[in-house]
Amino acid sequence: MKLYCETPSLSRRQMLAFGGSLIASSFIPKFARAADGRDPRFIAIILRGAMDGLSAVAPTGDPDYASLHGDLALQLSGTNPGLALDSFFTLNPAMSNFSRLYKSGQAAVVHATATAYRDRSHFDGQDVLESGYAGAGQTPSGWLNRAIAALPAGQKVTQKSSLAVGATAPLIMRGPAPILGWAPEALPEAGDDLNRRLLDLYQHTDLKLADALSRGLDAARMAKGDGMANGKLAGGMDSAPGMRQAAQGAARLMSADDGPRIAAMAFEGWDTHQNEGGATGRLFNLLTGLDGALADLESGLGAAWSQTAVVVMTEFGRTANINGTEGTDHGTGTVAFLAGGAIKGGRVIADWPGLKQAQLYQARDLNPTTDLRALLKGLLSDHLGLGAATLGKDVFPDSDGVKPMQGLIAA
Amino acid sequence: MALSPDQALTFMALNRFGLGAKPETDLAGIASDPRGFLKQELDRKSEILNEPGLMDTKSALQALFEQKRVEKMMRDQMPATKDQPAASMASAPQAIINAGQNAMQPAPGMAVNDMAAKDMKPLKVQRDANLNESMARFLHAYAATTGFAERLVWFWSNHFCVSTAKGQEIEMTAGSFEREAIRPHIVGSFGSMLKAVEQHPAMLYFLDNQQSIGPNSKAGQRRGKGLNENLAREIMELHSLGVGSGYTQADVTSLARIITGWTFVGQNGKDGEPGTSFFNANFHEPGDHKLLGKVYPQNGVAQGEAALDDLATNPATAKHIAFKLARHFVSDVPPPALVDRLTQTFMKTAGDLKAVTQALIDSDEAWAAPPAKLKNPQEFLLSSLRALDFEPDDPKPLLNALNNMGEPLWRPSGPNGFGDTSDVWGSPEGIKVRLEVASVMAHKTKSQTNPNDLVVQIIGPVASAETKQAVARAESKPQALALLLMSPEFQRR
Repeated sequence: MKLYCETPSLSRRQMLAFGGSLIASSFIPKFARAADGRDPRFIAIILRGAMDGLSAVAPTGDPDYASLHGDLALQLSGTNPGLALDSFFTLNPAMSNFSRLYKSGQAAVVHATATAYRDRSHFDGQDVLESGYAGAGQTPSGWLNRAIAALPAGQKVTQKSSLAVGATAPLIMRGPAPILGWAPEALPEAGDDLNRRLLDLYQHTDLKLADALSRGLDAARMAKGDGMANGKLAGGMDSAPGMRQAAQGAARLMSADDGPRIAAMAFEGWDTHQNEGGATGRLFNLLTGLDGALADLESGLGAAWSQTAVVVMTEFGRTANINGTEGTDHGTGTVAFLAGGAIKGGRVIADWPGLKQAQLYQARDLNPTTDLRALLKGLLSDHLGLGAATLGKDVFPDSDGVKPMQGLIAA
Repeated sequence: MALSPDQALTFMALNRFGLGAKPETDLAGIASDPRGFLKQELDRKSEILNEPGLMDTKSALQALFEQKRVEKMMRDQMPATKDQPAASMASAPQAIINAGQNAMQPAPGMAVNDMAAKDMKPLKVQRDANLNESMARFLHAYAATTGFAERLVWFWSNHFCVSTAKGQEIEMTAGSFEREAIRPHIVGSFGSMLKAVEQHPAMLYFLDNQQSIGPNSKAGQRRGKGLNENLAREIMELHSLGVGSGYTQADVTSLARIITGWTFVGQNGKDGEPGTSFFNANFHEPGDHKLLGKVYPQNGVAQGEAALDDLATNPATAKHIAFKLARHFVSDVPPPALVDRLTQTFMKTAGDLKAVTQALIDSDEAWAAPPAKLKNPQEFLLSSLRALDFEPDDPKPLLNALNNMGEPLWRPSGPNGFGDTSDVWGSPEGIKVRLEVASVMAHKTKSQTNPNDLVVQIIGPVASAETKQAVARAESKPQALALLLMSPEFQRR
């Protein structure tokens, strides 16, 4: 079964009812805007750990979904119902802001997508996702940095610095172009997920260290209380407060006249092997953080939001089946989110592969039918004005066969 | 997988005795002769650290004296007003410091202190010196082949510790003290180290000996001041014989008398070059003095040196040092047979530390004890940087990490130094902070190595299935690296 899902929910007329800056830019052909007042913002958010696309945006219209995804499957009714995006796809109830943006034509979903990577190692998968190469370990630079380096000089986007959020630049932002770094003060780097994993390791290998660590973490939790209060210690990048703090900081910087125009940040903790949850639980909490971060970008960027494109992506998806610990294991196809005033949204873009056993990739994963690079090329081309040759050679090497996706940016 | 003896010994050589493998460490080379590999490092003078740009103690103290002089002058001449409290203070000391910096060429990779530019506060010479010394020390340990010599330096530096908590004089000289009084002697004689330490301005200041005046000395008669037993007591209790080894209060007082006049030249320079050690005969308690049953005749500074020579080769000292060495390198409860053997070697060679160290390496017990000892924070920090191929370029974050983990560099809370057993470092807070430090390093490293490959290189021979799995299943490279650094196999040695 192939089903092409593109369901614009807003008419052109409705979109014109939005703010003046959007209207003004809407009537000018995008290629003519390079030298004019157009001033785009671009934000890349990486979800480290491999997000379960089938629980974030559930194909509730697919007859095989509910049985495959078992207890984790989203439903349109009952307690904690999902948020219908169209007649086929349902958004995780954690993402009410995204749902609102989607309805107003400022957010879109790309489903059944994946990078060129087809194995299941996080490290290599993230390397491919961020380096933009077809294989891991090819280069120490990231595609976004190389894209920035290749931008035509003279535009605002190249005159302003670019921003890497976090204590260190993620690979996607490393490379020849100079970048700015920012991190919330005293950002605790050891997130809950790492704490949990180490505690688990100690419980199997070193009980003394397990006891010390668990008591140390308990004490820290008690001391922290409501961490937001002092404006310093919000939480790790695998917690909603940490994600939102990063987004708020980035938005504050990027909304300034002389602030950075391009930013990247990475949220962690998406490797939901155990107790993933569905309409509530662990993944729900992470998606709440992501959703809050998107809302914070929107409000923090203010007027600049109308010229903003945010892309949210992860290294690969997770198994279509639930595993033995109420979670999912490493998979392949998943979703990418687009948000921002510049996005031609209100639709799920998917060449749906189906979920029958024979339709799954290696009989276990959502089969990727959209190359993520096509999406990224489309954004870089229409939003930032990068040419096809540069995109195929410098930004995503050896990807000439992957055509930029058309029409992602509101013209 | 069956563990070949060579692999196990290679891991032991690098971790129990060294600072852990680096990505480029020649594991096969070590495996061919683990003991020989460690001993070779003792023959290469790798313990010596003389980067250009590091000040000797004399220059360091002179710079500090000059800073104090200028600060006092500023205070006297230009009392701070409400309107202009800091401006006048800032410029003059800064000029002095700049002059001092011109005289020294910063070593490659040394931190450029940006404090002055940032907040226009005067740059304190003692802070600058401390940062430079710290950086040189971090880089030296980072670059070491096995790190065995460096571990010995750290051991002895903690045995003969000073603490910057005492004041600016120690902050200014803690690094040069280690380079001048500790490093040259770790494979020399214990007696030489003991004398170098107890006559060094940093130790004399730290334990107040410059204030100790013989009651019957010229100065004592004139000023009515007397002994300060602090240094004498710690020489016997901590540095040589060890507590409870049979000396009496009378012995402590006697040694205090014997070393009266051991001091250093102050700012005025009337007794010699400011900042250098000297024997002040006017402070020295005259006469013969009896220590541990032996009479040391009046003989100026040589009287005290003779006493230290005897303390250095006392059987109680041999046992004390043997126990501490074995406890540090092998086990919180060291095998008695090993302690005995090291004691015998110490006695037979009159405290030849190279012979004692070789005996440690040659023993079977030192290699047979299970790796149960938790790395102390310094060992953890440096072995982590080495494992991650993370060359330090700024000492401040590393110093902060050591502060947070409870082992601030050159700043123990007392003259007994930092504790040397696992329970000191394995506290809940200690492990939690250690995890935070590991996570920061794991995020900041630019290491391109796949974490699974790094597991093989760094803890390969002993890596448990659980640790391998935890690293392999980590959701990101930083998470995998943090788990590797925090794994029991990496934490314990």
